[in-house]
Amino acid sequence: MTESAVPDSLAVRSRGTGLKLGRFRDLTLVPVIILLLIVGSFADPVFMTTGNLTNVLQQQSALALVVLAEALVLIAGKFDLSLESTVGLAPALAVMLVIPTSAGGFGLGVPVALAIPLCLLIGAAVGAFNGFLILRFQLSAFIVTLAMLIVVRGLQTGITGGKSLFALPPSFLYLGSATWLGIPAAIWITAVLFAAGIVVLRFFRTGRALYAIGGNADAARAAGIRVERVTWVVFVISGTLAAVAGMLETGRLGGISANQGDGWIFMVFAAAVIGGVSMDGGKGTILGALTGVLVIGLVENILTLKGVPGEWRNLVYGAIILVALMISRLAGGKAQD
Amino acid sequence: MTVTETAAVEARGITKRFGPTVALNDAGIVITPGETHALVGRNGAGKSTLVSILTGLQRPDLGEVLFAGEPSPPLTDRDAWRRRVACVYQKSTIIPSLTVAENLFINRQTERGPINWRALRARARQLLDQYGVAVDADSLAGDLNVEERQLVEIARALSFGARFIILDEPTAQLDGPAIERLFERMRDLRNQGVTMMFISHHLEEVYQVCQSVTVFRDARHVVTAPVADLPHDELVKAMTGEETQAYESKAREIDGGAKVVLSASGLRLKDRYEDVDLAVRSGEIVGLAGSGSSGKVGLAESLVGLRKPDGGDVTVNGTAIRPGDVTAALKAGLGFVPQDRHHEGFVPLLSIAENATMPIAHKLGRFGMISGERRKARATTMIQDLDIKTTGPDQPVGDLSGGNAQKVVLARALADSPAALVVINPTAGVDVKAKQSLLGAVEDATARGTGVLLVSDELDDLRICDRVLVMFHGKVVKDVPRGWSENDLVAAMEGIDS
Ligand SMILES: Nc1ncnc2c1ncn2[C@@H]1O[C@H](COP(=O)(O)OP(=O)(O)O)[C@@H](O)[C@H]1O
Ligand SMILES: [Mg+2]
Repeated sequence: MTESAVPDSLAVRSRGTGLKLGRFRDLTLVPVIILLLIVGSFADPVFMTTGNLTNVLQQQSALALVVLAEALVLIAGKFDLSLESTVGLAPALAVMLVIPTSAGGFGLGVPVALAIPLCLLIGAAVGAFNGFLILRFQLSAFIVTLAMLIVVRGLQTGITGGKSLFALPPSFLYLGSATWLGIPAAIWITAVLFAAGIVVLRFFRTGRALYAIGGNADAARAAGIRVERVTWVVFVISGTLAAVAGMLETGRLGGISANQGDGWIFMVFAAAVIGGVSMDGGKGTILGALTGVLVIGLVENILTLKGVPGEWRNLVYGAIILVALMISRLAGGKAQD
Repeated sequence: MTVTETAAVEARGITKRFGPTVALNDAGIVITPGETHALVGRNGAGKSTLVSILTGLQRPDLGEVLFAGEPSPPLTDRDAWRRRVACVYQKSTIIPSLTVAENLFINRQTERGPINWRALRARARQLLDQYGVAVDADSLAGDLNVEERQLVEIARALSFGARFIILDEPTAQLDGPAIERLFERMRDLRNQGVTMMFISHHLEEVYQVCQSVTVFRDARHVVTAPVADLPHDELVKAMTGEETQAYESKAREIDGGAKVVLSASGLRLKDRYEDVDLAVRSGEIVGLAGSGSSGKVGLAESLVGLRKPDGGDVTVNGTAIRPGDVTAALKAGLGFVPQDRHHEGFVPLLSIAENATMPIAHKLGRFGMISGERRKARATTMIQDLDIKTTGPDQPVGDLSGGNAQKVVLARALADSPAALVVINPTAGVDVKAKQSLLGAVEDATARGTGVLLVSDELDDLRICDRVLVMFHGKVVKDVPRGWSENDLVAAMEGIDS
């Protein structure tokens, strides 16, 4: 055998470039964010003020939590479309359990202090039910949660009679409206939850298990990961996060409309995907998803400041998401999936 | 085996059913410490099912597994299993989106608390060094080639301290030199006292690395014997249950003036192959041989349109094909069997009937409607022609064993009576008998006037070719007529001119 006939497949090949890009893949949207900041400051002098930027963050915090929830589910290789309906149902049902009939509630006399725990519990229950259907009956997550999106929304319109709820207990509105150390509490809460998500998914075995499950469920099972249990817990957590989002949104707006959260899921997916979270599972980071939320929030803010007419909003919005996708694809180097 | 010695591994009276399928029927195996024990059998004989039972992934319906005479641990205790048995499964258990380092320590990145990535990488490097695996711990596992991925799996499997390792068809996807390196490694492990169970469809490999062999047939244990006591023919007989002759290729007259049905001129693709000219005539089988890095698969994929060449022309049945246009190639009368049947060959959840008739769907009904009856009839004929072992045309292809799934892929390629057929490694991971019916089907197509380009790593397959083109480092270096000797062909493939 001549020497050249031996393939060099065993030699350490230099994969340096791909790797470095891979490591910074979380941050491929940073140039887009910087660009948006520059564009924004030229577009309107108000844009770069602390007040405006804080405002952007507060407005996006509820959506951001749903993106966090969706990112967890996507990384574990599943899908949850019903989160947007949970954003409406969880606070609505929780509040109706504690307020009197005169205010539109059930008049059950449940202590007001239980409103927040109930809200979280309802979110968790919706997630648990999704997980149960998907895992126990081995149904497609897409279809199950699509049906649940309709069922949960339907439940909310059913119990509220399609009406908005306004007379809410102040304790329930507090977290969504309070300001701590000059910054809205909603921003603090979202920041803490994101930080927790980033750390758990990067540094803890349970977090890494999501990547293993999303990447190759059989391999994860062979490695001793309890695939079904972990996936189920992910659904429960994401349902709970959607409930938190619903509570913050309720506090910010001071009421719960029958369509709270309606249509969010498109923005949620857009943010997660431009942030580098793969729809095929096993890829992406929470930090990346966060950058996706920021892009969406900044675009929305600039469009508002520029007074783009409502009828044209969606067009500009969608176009900018497409551009962001292309940029992240170019910067990331790998095919988007 | 001496009576006094406790078996390293023993499975007794194992029965396992999957719905109506009995995958194992009161089967068993006894493996002596320190030996390399082959497990052979046709596709679907139950080998991989035994592997998943021996590694604690599945619970047998009946029977028990013993390690060194001790009962096996409970299924939930994965770590206990992994201390007893290491395994490289037939399906890769590497997670492509994670780094090599994380794959090595999946679900045990740390004892408790947060993961220290730096320490993890260091441990990974140490483990790779220890087993002499020259891959970068930081690279993504998805970027590794098949051989590297397998080595990572072996290193990971052994890192649990198991002294028994199972290799389920490890050579099916490796080329010659890589197989040699794997065997070298297996011999080293054996010298260190590691016990192994080795599964392969290449019976000559069994004689190369194993001391004893167990044969399964139709979910049952047939025989266990030292390899020396079971010569090749008897082994094949035990596997198939009947006397089987080695495949005899059919004699053919090649008409030198027959129409050229597939040709390439000046075809090139950077880092793959360059300046390739070839012509396949109607009624002729042309082989394409070469080592793993010769570019033969890349070339074949370019002819089909799966891969876009940088330059040059491809003609199918007289029609020039735009580079990288699979649809146009199919329309012009090309059929193909891709390298990776799981990725490009079939849709696992669809039935045999649907998969096999995909290219002719337009002929089975009008206005885009497909007649179920006609499709079924066609599929039934195909099942008979190719001797596909199945419960019927409605069975999903994903449920078939490897050899039978491959037959469906070939059936599909032949469905439209193509003028030209490109077949890439049709017999990889396929048992002896299935191999014969696959090669037979290719030859039958030739008799009907199809021109075939057969790309293969198996010299046996190339025996049916009228001539073999040998590629080396991206160039066609030789055109060998029928009647070649193995040595000459191998020498040409390795770039040694005799
Ligand atoms: N998870 C499963 N579900 C249904 N049938 C299966 C499953 N695994 C294996 N089988 C069936 O069991 C039989 C034995 O398969 P297998 O053990 O993979 O064979 P081998 O590895 O010897 O080719 C085949 O008929 C196969 O179709
Ligand atoms: Mg098998």
